[in-house]
This record gives sequence, C-alpha cells and structure tokens, in this order.
Amino acid sequence: MAEQLLELRDLAVHFTVGSALRGGVKTLKAVDGVTLDVKPGECLGLVGESGCGKSTLALAIMGLVPPTSGQVSLNGQSLAARERMETARTVQMVFQDPYASLNPRQTVRRTLADPLRLHGVTGKSELADRVMDMMAKVGLRPDHADRYPHEFSGGQRQRIGIARALILRPKLVICDEPVSALDVSIRAQIINLLLELKDEMGLAYIMISHDLGVVEHVSDRVAVMYLGRIVEQGGWQEIFENPRHPYTRALIAAIPDPFHRADALVARSKAHGEIPSALNPPPGCPFNPRCPMKADRCTRERPLLEAVSPGHIAACHFREQAVG
Amino acid sequence: MTTPLLQVEDMRIALAGAGASHNAVEEVSFEIGRGEAFGLVGESGCGKSITALAVMGLLRRPLSLAGGRIVLDGEEIQGASAAEMRRLRGSRIGMIFQEPMTALNPLSPVGRQIAEMFVLHQGASWNEAMDRAEESLRQVQVPSPERRIRDYPHQLSGGMRQRVMIAIALACEPELLIADEPTTALDVTVQAEIIDLMRELCAAKGTAILMISHDLGLVANMCRRVAVMYAGRIVEAQAAGEIFATPRHPYTQGLIDSLPRLGERARRGRQRLREISGVVPTIAAYPSGCRFNPRCSAVSDVCRATAPEITALPAGGLVRCHHHG
Repeated sequence: MAEQLLELRDLAVHFTVGSALRGGVKTLKAVDGVTLDVKPGECLGLVGESGCGKSTLALAIMGLVPPTSGQVSLNGQSLAARERMETARTVQMVFQDPYASLNPRQTVRRTLADPLRLHGVTGKSELADRVMDMMAKVGLRPDHADRYPHEFSGGQRQRIGIARALILRPKLVICDEPVSALDVSIRAQIINLLLELKDEMGLAYIMISHDLGVVEHVSDRVAVMYLGRIVEQGGWQEIFENPRHPYTRALIAAIPDPFHRADALVARSKAHGEIPSALNPPPGCPFNPRCPMKADRCTRERPLLEAVSPGHIAACHFREQAVG
Repeated sequence: MTTPLLQVEDMRIALAGAGASHNAVEEVSFEIGRGEAFGLVGESGCGKSITALAVMGLLRRPLSLAGGRIVLDGEEIQGASAAEMRRLRGSRIGMIFQEPMTALNPLSPVGRQIAEMFVLHQGASWNEAMDRAEESLRQVQVPSPERRIRDYPHQLSGGMRQRVMIAIALACEPELLIADEPTTALDVTVQAEIIDLMRELCAAKGTAILMISHDLGLVANMCRRVAVMYAGRIVEAQAAGEIFATPRHPYTQGLIDSLPRLGERARRGRQRLREISGVVPTIAAYPSGCRFNPRCSAVSDVCRATAPEITALPAGGLVRCHHHG
C-alpha cells in the first residue's frame, strides 16, 4: 500500500444553527462523508462553488474545527491523537486574501521568525538564516525583511503568505484560492512560484479554487464537491477530458469561452438555478434540481460514489452514459 | 452614417491629491453603436470603473472630469446639471454594479424598488407600477415573482439579487446598460446564467451594453468589440474574436498568455505560465513614455522616451504601442 500523507475517512463536519426557541434547531452538514487521500508530493485540486464545504474541509484538515464523525489522519496517525504543534509542522495554509491574513503590525522578519521560535528554533543566526533563505525562495529581497505588509503590493503580500506557510517546512500546504484576490497580471507569477516550490521542497498541495483553468494547470488529481460531498474524483485528465458527473460538466461549461468551441455541448451541460441551501438539501441526488439529465430516479435515490474506471469515481446514476 | 449611441472623446479624469493632481484616466475615446455590446477590460486601478462613473455623471471628489466630451445620442452630456443627469440615469442609461447587496436598498421590498423606476421616470401610479414590477421580475426569470415582489434583498440569493438589479436597470428600457463587474461576486454557474440573461434581454430590446470587467474571456464572450485599458489609457481595441487570436499590444498578449486556459494542458502538456513581470504602477507613479514599458518584454529606448500614439490597425481596431507591427 502506498504511504498516504493525508487520509480522510468518511469525514463529517456538522454545525447546529438556529435555536430551540426560534424556529427550531437545524443541522447544517457542511462536510458530509468525505473520503480522500493525498500522497506526499501530490497536488489535489478541490473545486466547487461557494457553500459547498471546501473551506470547512480545509479547516478540519488543519484541526481548526473538530470533525463530527469520521477521521483525519496525517502520516497514518489520527489528527486527534497528534500534538497540535506537530500538526502545525506538517500542515500549513495559504489564504485567499493576503491583505487580511498578515498581521499589519509585524514586519516580514517577525512574521516569518515567530513560527520558528514557537517551534524551538532559538539560535539567532539559524533564525536569521532560515528567514533569509525562505524570503529568497519566494522571491523577496533581503531588504524587504524589515518592512510592514502595507508597504507591499498584493502579489508580494501573497509571497509573504507563502513564505509564512512554508517556513516550518511542512509536508502539506492547503492553498485556499491563492490567486483569486490578485491582479490578473500577477496570478501567473504566484502559480509558477507555487509549482516551483512544490518540486523544490517536495510539497503536497490541496489547491482549492473555483478557477478551473488554474486547477487543471496545477493538479495531479481533482475532487469536485457539491453540498458537502464529493461528487466526482479522478486524475486531472479524466476530470477535464472525460467528466462523468453533470455538475463537473456544468462547471466546465460555465467558463466563458471566447472561441465558442462547442456551443451545443456547452448549452446542454449548463446547470440551472442556484445551489440549494445545505440546511435543506433536496432528496435523492443533491444536484437533481439543477441537472440537465435529471430523471425520476434522481429525486428518490441518492447515487453512490462508484468507479467509472480505476481511480475515477463519480456519484451519478448516469455516470456511464455518453454525452454530446 | 448614423451617429453612435455613445461617444466618449479624449476623456480625462483628474484625481486631486494632497497638493498635486494626477490624471487617473486620460486620452480615453470610444464609441458604442445602438444595440452594440462593448467591453472595457483591465486590472484594478486601470481606470475602467471611473470611466463608467464619468459616463453616468457620478464622479465625486476627489475625482472629477477634467476634459473631453461625452455624447449620448448626439447630445453632449458632460456638462449636464445634476438634475438632468438624474433624469438620464435610469431612463436612458441603466446600471448594474458588482455587489447587488450594497446597491439595493435593504429596507425596501424589491418589487417596490423596481416599481419606483416606473413612478419616477414614467409617471406611473404605484398600483400600475407594482404590476409592471412583477412583470419585470418574470422577465429576469425570478421564480414565482408574485411572491418575490414582497421580499427584501436579504431574503434573496446573490444571483437573484443580481436579477433584481437587472430588472431595475432595464425597467425603463434604457438605450444603454452599463454593467460594472456584474458577475464578479457570483459563482461560476450562476455567472453563466446571468450573462446569458443580460445578453438575451438586451438583444430583445436593442439595448447597448458597456460591460466592464477584469475577465477578458468573459468580456470577449459577451461583447462584439473589446478595449483593454492599462494605467489610465486604452492600449488596444479590437473585435472580440480578433483580440484573442491576434492581440497586438504586449500587455494584451501577456494577459492572454499568463492565464492557464482549460484544455491547454491536455493539448500541450504543462508549460510554465508566461509571467508579466513587475506590478501595476500607481497613479502617482505612472512611468514616462509608454506606461507599460517597465513590464514589457519588447521594450526599447523609444518606449521609455515617448508615449505611443493610438494607431489604427489595417484590419480595424486600435493599438497604442511603438512596436505593434
């Protein structure tokens, strides 16, 4: 068996919302039965629209929200049994908004040195070396070390965010929409940097993004989430060249295509309406109210995640059916 | 030749700062024909949104219109009074903004906000206006409009709110719809639906569109012609189909090359993305000569010394580059 870096087994994160006095308590199933693996050095793309549970899943992996049921394991060890500090040395996160996720009162040097100090690196020269080394890796100049976040552009701030995530030499980095807050002309710089660092440091990524172009470019495997569940998962080529879930096809069809490559197929694949509330998911297949392929069965019976081909699974009653 | 619906000529927008005044937008000229969809693309800070605000007469201090002409249907509107502009907005120019929650009044039911348009601009009675508001909601494909009309904005989803905004903007059948990042706050599948809806409604009513976005793909998909802005100037304008196939300005070229395009990896394997080096300059520090020169891969001495003039391309379209040939 291949050694897995991260294993999620039937992970569920439920929140209770409302109160017994006003309309009753409801359960919001933000993540509902997710099973996933990430190997060392692998990049898993995680796509889905807002509210599908991607970010809650990320928080659960970081140990920042407790799972309701199921298990998160790092290096074969349950997250619940691990020291929090040890987990922090294994998993780190790069956030969407580098403006909001850096402390405005800390210089770059302090932002990078604090985690090292907390984790027992106290030698002055070692601290300085590791900070300078990390800054060079992400393309910051040595004289940037004593500046504050407001003195940097968005792209540079994201470089600081990446440096902070990598300073403890983690094995897994969760990138939550790492380029969507950046100017379009800066995004390529950051994507290239993330890919270089992955090779150089042997990192595994979970790349959360709604930009399918970015996900296709960086991912080895891709998981598509809808209303707290994975609806399709497979190698990047299978997901993008041979998607078997209508939701995956709808996401691909929704990308504006200036060349009008396949108008007819696109028109047939579009989803209608909006994501239903996770508080009140539709019976049967959760995608059925929006699905262009909906049949009677879909409103009664929830499709299971089953294999289409080795390593490619989809939760659709019509996963074998040809489209187009 | 018929006159275009909107002509913007040599527009300049000044930004008054402490002691100094800078031109946030300058030498911006474009035309939009009747019923035509025209796109203005650029990154944050390039001046695309304030260009739209200027057309609507909504520039506020420290921004002000410092020169140029804005002609709507043969009539100069840049000097129009606040009251005249108020009559134009809503009746002849409709607007949609990025974030519908902040553009809608949270204390008023959406039906009333649509109906207000008919009352204010067309002198309808409130009863009649509410009936027409319901019809407007039906046109923007809001399900069960007879109930939704009484909903407040917070009761609607982001996509539904944007549909309400479209209903308000198109209520009085304006000749021009200005849409500033209309789908940026929405999910991709909802974005696709909203774009289709805007396109259908405007085609049916012959409404021209000025679409503003950072997403070149989205704009090229929706519009007939596209202009690209960089650091306060238009650097290129071409037909939407042409701009992707044969971009003539290095900035446009860079934008197209720098984004991973779906299907590209399957066709050609993973290539390193072409980067545009450097950052967008701030208004106070626009470089001399061509404003793109510090980031341009084809830069030469002339680019640093003199700003390129706008040049007409033989196949139609415009480009502002010394080396466009």
